[in-house]
Amino acid sequence: MAATRPIATTRTAAGMATGKLAVWWIVASEIVIFGGVLASYVMHRLAHEAWAEQAAHTNTWIGAFNTMVLLTSSLSAVLAHQAAERGDGPKAARLLYATVVGAVTFLIVKGFEWTEEITHGFTITSSTFWSFYYTAAGIHAAHVLGGAIIMLIVASAAKKGQELHRVELIGIYWHFVDVVWIFLFPLLYIAK
Amino acid sequence: MSEEAHHNYVRIWAWLVLLLVISVIGPFVGDATGLKWITLVTAFGIALVKAYLVVVNFMHLNSEQKFVSYFVATALVFMLLLFAGTAPDVMKAEGRNWEKPAWIADAAVAAAGGDHGSGEHH
Repeated sequence: MAATRPIATTRTAAGMATGKLAVWWIVASEIVIFGGVLASYVMHRLAHEAWAEQAAHTNTWIGAFNTMVLLTSSLSAVLAHQAAERGDGPKAARLLYATVVGAVTFLIVKGFEWTEEITHGFTITSSTFWSFYYTAAGIHAAHVLGGAIIMLIVASAAKKGQELHRVELIGIYWHFVDVVWIFLFPLLYIAK
Repeated sequence: MSEEAHHNYVRIWAWLVLLLVISVIGPFVGDATGLKWITLVTAFGIALVKAYLVVVNFMHLNSEQKFVSYFVATALVFMLLLFAGTAPDVMKAEGRNWEKPAWIADAAVAAAGGDHGSGEHH
């Protein structure tokens, strides 16, 4: 059995599991990806007062609802980690499924939100503000989708009590996706 | 981990939701009082606090090896470097040492009908 386990779970070269080190490395590189988009948005937004008129069209209540959904999904993700640490695979799986429900809810709400905006004529080519809006939120939504898929894979193994350490790893990634949204929310929905 | 830790996670989540509510109310208070800084503080100040709560309590960054914090911080520094390196060009259109290529002026004219609001800068 041990021979078939991924090498990331069976060795450590840095005083921590290699798999966890890899996830933190992903987080650091994602900071540069999202940071680049957000820093560019901030400098353009500050330089162009007229963007406020465009930003006024985003729906704060929808943004707030989705923030609530992601914060709650982070709670279920960390509780799944806690269950995994106690060796309770089935409970960890149930909590990961709950987190996936949060991810799907987030994406459905975003789908309705974008449909509404696009039908009102606000598309990715409407203006530079909307280009940033769809790019930043779109990259983030892609991360939500990717996280949800990985979580389903992790949960299906955890349900059988296998590879429980992965519950923490997908959790770290998921909380990072949450943190990105924590900054996107005020940038795109609050500070108009 | 104990039941106490379990309760802590729920408590942290409750704080995050409370901070979310405050950040949504902030612009209303800012508009009503005419004090725009209230909106900015409730938006970005609270975002920083929320991010800190998630990173420390849910991601457990402070219980990882120190070097993890260092390389995460390094990524943030790179982000600031990007900002510092490009912001002068983006945010300050006028200056003594600038030489604008013709296409920038053309783009500004094209954007004047759009939202860029940059027509007045050129």
